[in-house]
Amino acid sequence: MPTTFPAAFADLEPFADWAIPTERARFAKRLSSTMDELQAFYDAAFPRMDDALAYLEQFSMDELPEDATHLLWLYCGLMTASFPVEVWRQPRVPDSGASSFDAVLEPAI
Amino acid sequence: MPLFPKPAEGSWTEHYPDLGTGPVSYEDSISPDVYERERDAIFSRTWLNVGRVEQLRRVGSYFTKEIDAARTSIVVVRSSADEVRAFFNICRHRGNKLVWSDYPGEETSGVCRQFTCKYHGWRYNLEGECTFVQQEEEFFDLDKQDYGLAPVQTDVWEGFIFVNLDPTNTTPLREYLGTFAKGLEGYPFHQLTQVHRYRADVGSNWKLFIDAFTEFYHAPVLHAKQSVADQSQKLTTMGYEALAYEIDGPHGMVSTWTGTGVPPKDMRHVKPIEQKARSGLFGPWDAPDIGLDELPPALNPAGHKAWGLDSFLFFPNFMLLIWKPNWVITYHYWPTSYNTHIFEGTCYFAPPKNARERLAQELAVVTFKEYALQDGNTLEATQSMLESRTPVKAFPLNDQEILLRHLHKTAQRYVREHEQQDSRTPAAV
Repeated sequence: MPTTFPAAFADLEPFADWAIPTERARFAKRLSSTMDELQAFYDAAFPRMDDALAYLEQFSMDELPEDATHLLWLYCGLMTASFPVEVWRQPRVPDSGASSFDAVLEPAI
Repeated sequence: MPLFPKPAEGSWTEHYPDLGTGPVSYEDSISPDVYERERDAIFSRTWLNVGRVEQLRRVGSYFTKEIDAARTSIVVVRSSADEVRAFFNICRHRGNKLVWSDYPGEETSGVCRQFTCKYHGWRYNLEGECTFVQQEEEFFDLDKQDYGLAPVQTDVWEGFIFVNLDPTNTTPLREYLGTFAKGLEGYPFHQLTQVHRYRADVGSNWKLFIDAFTEFYHAPVLHAKQSVADQSQKLTTMGYEALAYEIDGPHGMVSTWTGTGVPPKDMRHVKPIEQKARSGLFGPWDAPDIGLDELPPALNPAGHKAWGLDSFLFFPNFMLLIWKPNWVITYHYWPTSYNTHIFEGTCYFAPPKNARERLAQELAVVTFKEYALQDGNTLEATQSMLESRTPVKAFPLNDQEILLRHLHKTAQRYVREHEQQDSRTPAAV
């Protein structure tokens, strides 16, 4: 079975649906997740972040292998998911009801 | 006792006596009539930043800019002579919008060898000259030379492209931008080519969002929860004081410190994800080398060692934020009515060399987004209550809100002076 992430990060496979290429889609994923789901993702990915960065640092940005690219996407997702877990205790930014703030341009990974 | 020294007059505001210190009216932010007058007096005749030269990488690169506040659309292009030029985005034949794709109201960009009107196929080269008229022989004494695109005054400062929509404007860009721009020259903006741009439709007058971003008095309160609890409490108790404020003609700037330090002096003051990614609101903690040996003179005017950020407002709607760890944000506020505008926030970083740097940038960008979402909603709440015209008519502004006082006064002055000038000029019949 093809895997999403490098072999050393097989433990993150259950969270392969967080390997999302754009911030806009990562933010949408956060808003459509429950706090339990966000907490589970954070609890699995956060402790592996040092390992992941050490692994990813072997490559320059323009020669990331596909599985490494997925791993970086996942950690970009962790940045987005960290706010509900560490700060808000809810997926949305509190008191942000009517406002939107959408990425219209972002560098591809 | 202030945390940081203030001018001899005792306050930043009184250092600029024209500003006054009394409560201010916000009638200028809730009136369709005032907005219509601002469109004529401000957006149709001041220098406006519409982009950067990196958006026009080669001959034929172009982008369009919708400037609803000036009731127009322009196309900006790198010409055959390798110059940045701009034209009103209108076909000379019968007024069709020349460059657009799918939806005429949406901005577009690309690369082309010439512009061709979708309607009747008239063509214009990159210098704006009309080069082809469909069935030219059907016209009466038509000379293509007379039907070039209408040019827009364009100039470039440190890679930022500005236009002035008033054909009679005689103020050169650098003179308009004044001492702040002069004092920023040499900053390596061109090194910061990694770009993240955000856009929001905001339900408030354009000046209200500038207000929100030119004072940090709100930060320890509105954004309290974004800091870890101890730090948040400390910041709220201390309140906010800037290192310095300066005003130059219609423009203003605020110089501020970082709160926690970059990198933070005490890791207990920052969230776990920030410690892991070595990044946060003030940007990646490990500043990239962008060839900046010393700060240009306009930055950190107080010369304070805790300096973290300078925010410049170039009137009317362009803000430039230069952060200590060698990155930049720009804000643009494009009015679409008296109580709505489009906000654009763009983050510029040095290209990341590896995933660690990319991730640090990502955290800075998404942190910016979390703050902006809080700011955006507050604005609609303010706009709606100002519009309710409750008996409350005037609002006190404190010394940390000096730039708000200056912005509203400046906008009102532009309208007044433009209308005085208009009434002196005999109307053309």
